[in-house]
Amino acid sequence: MTAWHVHVYIQLKDGVLDTQGKAVERSLHSLGHDSLQAVKIGKYVQLWINADSEQSARQQAVRMCDDLLVNGIIEQFSVEVEGE
Amino acid sequence: MAREIPDGTDLVILPGGFSYGDYLRCGAMAARSPVMQAVIDHGRRGGLLLGICNGFQVLTETRLLPGALLTNRIPAFICRPCLLRVESTATPFTSMYAEGQVVQFPIAHADGRYTLPDDELKALEDRGGVVFRYCDGAGNVTEESNPNGAMNGIAGIVNEGGNILGLMPHPERASEAILGGVDGCAFWRSIFSTLQERRV
Repeated sequence: MTAWHVHVYIQLKDGVLDTQGKAVERSLHSLGHDSLQAVKIGKYVQLWINADSEQSARQQAVRMCDDLLVNGIIEQFSVEVEGE
Repeated sequence: MAREIPDGTDLVILPGGFSYGDYLRCGAMAARSPVMQAVIDHGRRGGLLLGICNGFQVLTETRLLPGALLTNRIPAFICRPCLLRVESTATPFTSMYAEGQVVQFPIAHADGRYTLPDDELKALEDRGGVVFRYCDGAGNVTEESNPNGAMNGIAGIVNEGGNILGLMPHPERASEAILGGVDGCAFWRSIFSTLQERRV
């Protein structure tokens, strides 16, 4: 068993209005960042998981996303696994 | 931690608040806490289940009600009275209102923007699942009268079985004159009347 370090990136799905992203976009514009086109704000979650393989660690992380970390109605996610 | 609800419970209310600090997503962790399986079973059996504000968020997280409540269109905590149009009196919670009646309940939330994929929204509307909509004094549902950007001005919905209702505004804070209004009283009278009928 190894401890796998897993990175989960959670974003609102396309088509879901990101009001926090829009608010931050406006603030950055007012600070002079004229070239900024858009902002999207998501969540970054780190998991440390005991597993026999990278595949197992990934599967467990995906199950955690399905069980709690991600609301599939409005959010999408990606998982990156690195070894210990 | 409790895993059961008392035998013979007629009504379960999930109140407003900031369960689990609104961490991760509003209501996400509360929806998965140990007692919730008993609450879900109660709802599935046809028991009356009411979610107010954070409680509505919890109900959507359990999928007992469709949709999700996202951050307000203007990402700020909005705390003020608001006007609602009663869309349906065909629920145990609204039978004592008149259809189209305009009532005032306060809202106090930062994440009340009711959101649903387009096809599910159409299905919800088609089956008459919308119970309250944000409106103006004349009962018109307008963008200006919508405090949080909720789709179709939706403030409260009921499930297909008609026994599970979720709403963002607070009827319990509009049930005593000293709090600013009594439009919420008919909400509790409706529930009481329904339960009396069930007992007969």
